[in-house]
Amino acid sequence: MKRFLVIFLMLALGFYLIQALHFVPFGANRMGAPADKKTVAAFYLNETVPQTAVANVVTAIVVNYRGFDTLGEVTVLFLATTGLASILYKRRDEEETERVSKPSSTILQTGAKVLFPLVVILGVYVFVHGHLTPGGGFQGGAIIATGFLLMLIAYQKYHLSHSMLTWVESLAGILFVSIGLWGLITGGTFLENSWFPKGTLNSLISGGAIPIIYIAVGFKVAAELTGVLDILLSTKDDKSASNIQQ
Amino acid sequence: MCSFDYQTIMSISIYGSSVVLMLLGLYAVLVKKNLIKIVIGLSIVDSGLHLLFVAVGYLHNGTAPIFSPEAVDKVNQMVDPVPQALVLTAIVIGFATTAVALSLVIRLYKHHKTARIDQIKSLKW
Repeated sequence: MKRFLVIFLMLALGFYLIQALHFVPFGANRMGAPADKKTVAAFYLNETVPQTAVANVVTAIVVNYRGFDTLGEVTVLFLATTGLASILYKRRDEEETERVSKPSSTILQTGAKVLFPLVVILGVYVFVHGHLTPGGGFQGGAIIATGFLLMLIAYQKYHLSHSMLTWVESLAGILFVSIGLWGLITGGTFLENSWFPKGTLNSLISGGAIPIIYIAVGFKVAAELTGVLDILLSTKDDKSASNIQQ
Repeated sequence: MCSFDYQTIMSISIYGSSVVLMLLGLYAVLVKKNLIKIVIGLSIVDSGLHLLFVAVGYLHNGTAPIFSPEAVDKVNQMVDPVPQALVLTAIVIGFATTAVALSLVIRLYKHHKTARIDQIKSLKW
């Protein structure tokens, strides 16, 4: 009975969604010619290169035009990590638990050892080149976290220093905020970018403070995601609970 | 009978798949009893929403909004960058909510020894 009700609700919702999307033709130009600057998107496309000398417009929006929003976003990520740690708290006197029940095979262990530095280098490349190519701090941080996930899965005893993660995360956050505050002091607005030499378009050193901020975001996101994975993987598996379940 | 050109097929397939993803996720959230499946449903709704966002910003025959050396003079062909920046934010927030939801599921599983919501007595009233 409930299932039919849900299916009816879904059909109604889908009908009205399709009906609404009918008025949003796919692939039509909704932002006008960029030179007219009639919409926000056209303004960004037209003004990003003269104002910031950043090739990737999405990066310019995320880090500069909407940089305050990004600061809030990394704060949400930080709060999620903190909340996760406080929900899955572990007493200090509890013994260290093994992460996976069975030791992984030699192939996985050797492969992880070979792949881990390459994955980290790829992540660093993605966030260092965030203002030139697709990608950026969030994507590069996620790639680095997958490298740590590989190591955590492959080695039961792989140890991550939580104070190290906290330090990396805090220093990156402080760097982001202090660049923003320096812009407030010198330029009058938070994250004002004009105090820094712009550089030439499409070179590695371009865009003023934007690459520095994105590198800080990359370190912060990598530390936070690695912390989340470590906490989730090291929660103690209650033997009694798993027996009752079966 | 309307004619099916490339544009129509693309719009039906992409909008349709995003709507289908959202509805599937909603179905999982409303019908499934296992808490892990409910969290998976929430993240499927997220994926559908992200696909819809990016699809709305698409421009026919558009390129990525990146002024690389080959595309410096292609301003008029670039797709809308604003939905992409918003989706970047939404993905991170979706990750954060999923992580917190999973930790709550682990906590509930430890406390009640089950992850099925119909077996948790204190959820019924």
